Amino acid sequence: MIETRGLRKSFRSRAGRETKTVDAVRGVDLDVAKGEIFGFLGPNGAGKTTTLRMLATLIEPDGGEATIAGADLRKDPAEVRRRIGYVPQGGSTWDESTAREELVLHARMYGINKADAQRRAARALDAFQLTEYADRKCKTYSGGQRRRVEIALGIIHEPKIVFLDEPTTGLDPQSRAHMWDEIRRLRADGMTVFITTHYLDEADALCDRIAIMDNGEVVAEGTPTELKREISGDVVLVGLDLAATPQAAQTLDGEPYVNKLETVDEGGLRLYVDEGATAIPQVLRRLDHAGLELRSIELHRPSLDDVFLTKTGRSLRES
Amino acid sequence: MKFARDTWLIFQRQIQLLLRNPVWVFVGVFQPVMYLLLFAPLLKPALNAPTQAAAYKIFVPGLLVLLAIFGGLFQGFGLIAELRAGVIERSRVTPISRLALLLGRSLRDVVSLLVQAVIITLLALIFDLRVFIGDLLLAYLMLALIALMTSAVSYGVALKVKSEDALAPLMNTVAQPVLLLSGILLPLTFAPGWLQGIANWNPFSWAVDGTRALFAGDLGSDKVWQGLSITAVLAALGVYWAARQFARSVR
Ligand SMILES: Nc1ncnc2c1ncn2[C@@H]1O[C@H](COP(=O)(O)OP(=O)(O)OP(=O)(O)O)[C@@H](O)[C@H]1O
Ligand SMILES: [Mg+2]
Repeated sequence: MIETRGLRKSFRSRAGRETKTVDAVRGVDLDVAKGEIFGFLGPNGAGKTTTLRMLATLIEPDGGEATIAGADLRKDPAEVRRRIGYVPQGGSTWDESTAREELVLHARMYGINKADAQRRAARALDAFQLTEYADRKCKTYSGGQRRRVEIALGIIHEPKIVFLDEPTTGLDPQSRAHMWDEIRRLRADGMTVFITTHYLDEADALCDRIAIMDNGEVVAEGTPTELKREISGDVVLVGLDLAATPQAAQTLDGEPYVNKLETVDEGGLRLYVDEGATAIPQVLRRLDHAGLELRSIELHRPSLDDVFLTKTGRSLRES
Repeated sequence: MKFARDTWLIFQRQIQLLLRNPVWVFVGVFQPVMYLLLFAPLLKPALNAPTQAAAYKIFVPGLLVLLAIFGGLFQGFGLIAELRAGVIERSRVTPISRLALLLGRSLRDVVSLLVQAVIITLLALIFDLRVFIGDLLLAYLMLALIALMTSAVSYGVALKVKSEDALAPLMNTVAQPVLLLSGILLPLTFAPGWLQGIANWNPFSWAVDGTRALFAGDLGSDKVWQGLSITAVLAALGVYWAARQFARSVR
């Protein structure tokens, strides 16, 4: 659905007297399949919005090429526009208009006739549970309501692909969960959804596949599970009394499913294994045989943050 | 066809929002009426005009051109608010004509100016101003072209500078010499030669002269076609340039 090769963009910005060049996006290759939720995960300034704005025909790439829903970004941007929807990061509604007016206008900007536009607006308002506020000015909406209007705007013309730039930033946990449901519904309708986020849990729970972006480059790409597995297996934390720890270490060291074993200073072991779910029963059995009593056992799965950490040397939470 | 439809779509939307804001309607009408009622009475003695009506024939066209220039030049502020709200970006991802995005807005400005112009003309009629309807319509055409040009330029500049802080001083620096050198408030017939020489390079000065000739019922005067041609050419250039700003990447 989306295929990009070597997409590049730099900006020149002036700080005082000197001009500096910022390489916002430096050669991005992406392949997004039809009907998936593709996530772009990265810290502030990684180049997510810049990439999206290039794909949405808003700024021209300095180099590289892209095919979007079958249309060539460079040669036929007008056709790309007809096939995509785009919801900008900073909002797109006008304070003095109502949601219904915005939806009708936006549909008509795609060449849809008035009657059809009104029908679509009514349907979208219904689908996004906005009917109650439909005829109130946008400035009276809550952040979550407004964000829903904006997403409805992005899909009013039933595009093949919709780009959502940070659809859940600034929403409370409940509204976020609702938004995830809305986004999944778009996928169920056959739409390809391309979202950006800097929330790890969002990338993990919502996206079918993700690309991790840092400093203008894609540093990792795959399904969340693949990416995490690639990093290391799971970690099993075995809680033990300090006295029992050496014996337990002796017992478990050399077991075939344990890749690596570390003792914890306050007592206990850290086991690196491929698959925590199968390792835990075996660990329990071995320790039971050896007559060792354990206080707790815990499975720690690597997070996307661990992935980011190994790829960039920084933690996403800190940056 | 698509272009006409797109322009109409944007125009409709803009007019709808304009009418929703009663403050605008009030200010837009109130200000020129103040000029007419409070400033114009000073003119008869100042211009040495034989009658009040004669003074109006000189002053009203100038006032209308002034409104057209200023009304247009400051429209950019509204566009910056729209840029900030993301409305322009949202429009630019749709296949809508870029020229329509500009023209729909500029036409709203032209229409709102013409409404002001009609109100002022009607009021001036009460004060014994008399103009032939044909001449008046040509004068309105001139005003429309001026407003089209100044609002388009203002939108183009707004898209380039993207901030009110930069737009305000810029528009003021442009507007002031233009205003002073166009003989808008007082005709430049009183001006010394060097000042008139400079004014000849000011297209608005030609527009004002043309409009005054029309109000004087002097349809055959060269000033009429000269003023109309100059404003028409400038309006076309302004629209062309500003539409390119809409087509280019914004932000
Ligand atoms: N118009 C511009 N002019 C100059 N620099 C820009 C411009 N747009 C973006 N940049 C720079 O390009 C880099 C990437 O910005 P971008 O907005 O793509 O990041 P992002 O990943 O979307 O970040 P965030 O999570 O904060 O939205 C940043 O360093 C930014 O300052
Ligand atoms: Mg961004």
